[in-house]
Parts: sequence; C-alpha cells; structure tokens
Amino acid sequence: MSGSLTLRAAIVSVALFAVLLLGWHLATRGSGAAAGMDPEYAKLMGATATQGKSAMPGPLEIGAKLWEHLSRPFYDNGPNDKGLGIQLAYSIGRVLLGYLIAVVVAIPLGFLIGMSPLMHKALDPYIQILKPISPLAWMPLALYTIKDSSVSAIFVIFICAIWPMLINTAFGVASVRREWINVARTLEVGTLRRAFTVILPAAAPTILTGMRISIGIAWLVIVAAEMLVGGTGIGYFVWNEWNNLSITNVIIAILLIGLVGMVFDQLLARVARLVTFPE
Amino acid sequence: MSDFISIEAIAKRYPTRGGGTTTIFENLWLSMGRGEFGCIIGHSGCGKTTILNVLAGLDRPDDGTVIVDGEAIDGTSLDRAVIFQSHALFPWRTVLGNVAFAVSSKWPKWNAAKVKAHARGFIDLVGLSGAEAKHPSELSGGMKQRVGIARALSISPKILLMDEPFSALDALTRGTLQDEVRRICLETGQTTFMITHDVDEAIYLADRIFLMTNGPGAVLAEVVENPLPKDRVRTDLHRHPLYYATRNHILDFLVTRSKTFTAAANGHDPRNVPVVRPGIGEPTLVALAPAITDDIARPAGITGRHS
Repeated sequence: MSGSLTLRAAIVSVALFAVLLLGWHLATRGSGAAAGMDPEYAKLMGATATQGKSAMPGPLEIGAKLWEHLSRPFYDNGPNDKGLGIQLAYSIGRVLLGYLIAVVVAIPLGFLIGMSPLMHKALDPYIQILKPISPLAWMPLALYTIKDSSVSAIFVIFICAIWPMLINTAFGVASVRREWINVARTLEVGTLRRAFTVILPAAAPTILTGMRISIGIAWLVIVAAEMLVGGTGIGYFVWNEWNNLSITNVIIAILLIGLVGMVFDQLLARVARLVTFPE
Repeated sequence: MSDFISIEAIAKRYPTRGGGTTTIFENLWLSMGRGEFGCIIGHSGCGKTTILNVLAGLDRPDDGTVIVDGEAIDGTSLDRAVIFQSHALFPWRTVLGNVAFAVSSKWPKWNAAKVKAHARGFIDLVGLSGAEAKHPSELSGGMKQRVGIARALSISPKILLMDEPFSALDALTRGTLQDEVRRICLETGQTTFMITHDVDEAIYLADRIFLMTNGPGAVLAEVVENPLPKDRVRTDLHRHPLYYATRNHILDFLVTRSKTFTAAANGHDPRNVPVVRPGIGEPTLVALAPAITDDIARPAGITGRHS
C-alpha cells in the first residue's frame, strides 16, 4: 500500500479534474481557419464560423472571467450589472431569513406534534397535503397577497424549508427512548425541563438532520425563485446572463451556487456533530 | 409486622385483539417491611415488571392500590427510585451530569456546587471516583450500571426498585455489583424491591423471595423467607447448610410448580400467601423430579437462571 487513503483519493480527484479540463479545452478549441471564405462574410459571422470556434467557452476563458469577477466582487453599475458578491449576498440573505423563520416555526411546532399524539393526528393531514406542493406554486399567491417580490421569495424559502424540519423534529421528539422518558418521569421532572434537558438533547441529532435537508432545499429553491421574481440575486444573475448569451457567466454562477450550497451543508454538518452523542 | 409497602388487590389486564381481555394478574397482595430487601422471581410474562412499574408509578393498576409509608401512591415520586435493566443513562451527559440531574430534580433549590458535591459523594459510594467526567459510551456495562445505582441512591429514596439490574452483565461483574448493592443496602437500611431471574442472586440479596406462577393469570404463590444469616458472603453461600435447601425449593417451584400451581385446588388465599422458611430436612436430592436433578448435577457456583 502506498500512501494513506486520503492521499490516494486526492490524487484520483486531481487527476479526474485535469482530465475533465483537458477534455473540455480540446472540445471547445477552434478547428483552424476556414479556407476560402469571403473576408466580408467572415467579418459578419465572427470567430464561430471563421475559426471553427465553439460558442461554448473553454476552461481558460472561464478562468479568466472568474478571476475578473473575484477581483471585483462588489461593484454596482446599476440594476443589471452588479458584482457576483452582491448577487450572492442577496440570495444568501433571503435564504437565511426564510430559513430562520422556518426554524422558529418548525421546531416548536414539531415538538408539539411529537409530544402530543392528539396534535399529531390532527395536523397530519395538513402536513401530508402541504408537504408535496412545489414551493414555486406558492409564488403567484405570495406575489398577490404580499405584493413585494423580494418578500415573496423569502416566503417561498420559508414554505419549502419548513417541512423537513417539522417532520424530523416531530419524529425525533416522538421517538425519544422510552427509558429516558421514564427516568425523567420517576424523577418528577416538569414538562418544560423535560423538553429542554431530556427530549431536546435526545432528539437533537434528528432535528439537525432535518435542518440540513432544509437548508439544501432552500438553496435549491432560491435560484428558481429569483429567476421568477427578478431584480437581484444569483438566480436572477443566471437568467440575466442567459438573456445576454454569456455562457461563461452562467457557468461561473453554476460553480458558485454549488460552492455556497456545500458551505451551508458543511456548516450544519459541523453543528450536527456537536450535538451527536455516541451510544 | 408494620407494612411499609402494601400492594393491595392490584390487577392488570390488557385488551386482546378479539375484544376480550387478558388478565396478567389480579387480586394480588404483597407487603414488605421498612429496610427489607424483597426479590420477586418468576418466568417471563408473569407480570413481575408490571408490578415494579406499578410500584414506581410508571404504570397504573386496573384495580387495587399500592400504599407506601401510609399513603396511597399516585404516579411517580422522588421517594421511589428505579434502577433500569438497560441502565438508561443519558449518553449526552457525563457520569457526574447524570447523577447531578437526579440530585437537582430532587432538590431544585440547591446551587450547582452543592448538587455536584452531593452527586460526587454517591459516585464515590459506588466506586467510580475519577470517572466523573466520562460519558456513558466510555464506560463498561458494569460501570454504567454503577452510575445507574448512584443516580437512584443519590435522591435518598424511601424505596429502591430494581428491574433485573444485573442481567445484562457478565458473571464476574455481576458478582461484584451484587456485593456493592448488598453492602450499600445493609449500611443504609435501604428498602429494596428487585426483580430477578437468578436464583442465587435472590438468595444472596433478598430477605424474602416472592415466587410468582406463570402468566397470564399469574398469582403470588408463596413467600420464601431466606434462612441464611444476615452476614452471608457471596463466595461462601454454597457452603451454608441451608443454601441448597433454599435453592432447591425455589428451583423446584420454577421448574414444576410455577406451571402446575392452581390457586383453586390449593385453597390459595391471595391475601394470606403461605410463608415458607426452608430448613434442614426439606426436599433433598432423592425427592426431586428428574428435570431438576440435571440442574443440580452441575457444579456448584453455576446458577440456575431461567429466562
């Protein structure tokens, strides 16, 4: 065996990346000048026709453009020309706001559902019907009632983030081990203290799993929501650059969306590790 | 004898699928004195755990009442501590945290320092000094159960209830923990009620052993008074002249009489269960049924555990 597993995995990853870049570069490079073309016609048609150049940008162009964005992330030249940092900040802000409101609603409600079989039975039909609704289906209703596109986007994030947290919290609370509840009962621990010192720590890993699923969904949905409402945000940026036919910028936005989503997930994974207890 | 614990005519029934009811036991009477160590033995399904849960207040009888220290019990109480079979420690709390949780439940007004000092005292008592900061996942099965014992004792309960506390432990660990429990109970005069499958454990620990017939429809058939001296030692138990008489009597009950016992045929009065005190001249090997001879033929020290 040579090297640790981590090292060997890193080598494979880097090699795959290199192969991907190389393939990409070869596929998008020009196939040489077209011979015998009328110069007037060539001027009209641009590099795509004359050089056999693909309209799809290559890795070098993306790299150069990415560098350009990274060196000026926060410029603001009016409504349709803002730095990527500003656009991402808008999206992250909306996601966090909608998500936090969802946390505040879902966790106490999940506790109630998990602790009370009556509430579980009573609220279950609502959850079952509301859960499978695509969050974007709420958008017209939100726009009509809220009359503000930015707040509507936040509402859509809220409505999509709430279900995994609600269901996981209720499940985690309801399936706290009987023996731990019995310990609390024999020690005559009051309801509130029981909820915070027994049920919450016991259900915390399950709750965090729900929170992690929710942030992932919220970040998925914000891109689509911003495409619909427009104005600002990374989703709007993608759609705007598509209208500008700047595939380069679309690809860069895709990469950044993935990166931010990963950071969200890793942050919550770290929190989850803090509250997980070994048996 | 003044009854410190008095179980009076309790019954437990469960609805069956067909709409009828299964009676686990009914009209069950049992009493214990203060400072007494009582052990209940019977096969699985006879309702031993239900009786313990009723005593703990975790379960309610369908009929009858339980009176402890002159008062009918209503639900759980900090006067009655339970040691669970599966130790039931909170894995997210340390050893000290687990014991302190119980202490601060009993005395909510105490400050943190007082709670910790009190909890430490009981961690010392079960021989776990130095392990206060460990989490349950870092402890062996025996150590976990020690923490369970410390947690139960830390609230100074009037009654200690134990549901097969040592059944998940290996034989060596079980032995040492039995010694610890006996030492602590004798030192503090703790009233204790315990469920076990282990005949030797019952003979070593209990002052009185309650024999239950098989369920459903289980009855408390007999109370065996332990004839062994108070200063008995676990390792010398089998050398005592009355040890085999007691053990054989209990095994005989578990192997045959627990199945065949019918209350009606024996004129059994559930309020006045016969108290038996095995002595020399009681059932000897000659008189035993073949099924038991196998059991007895095994070397002394191997316990006859029935599950």
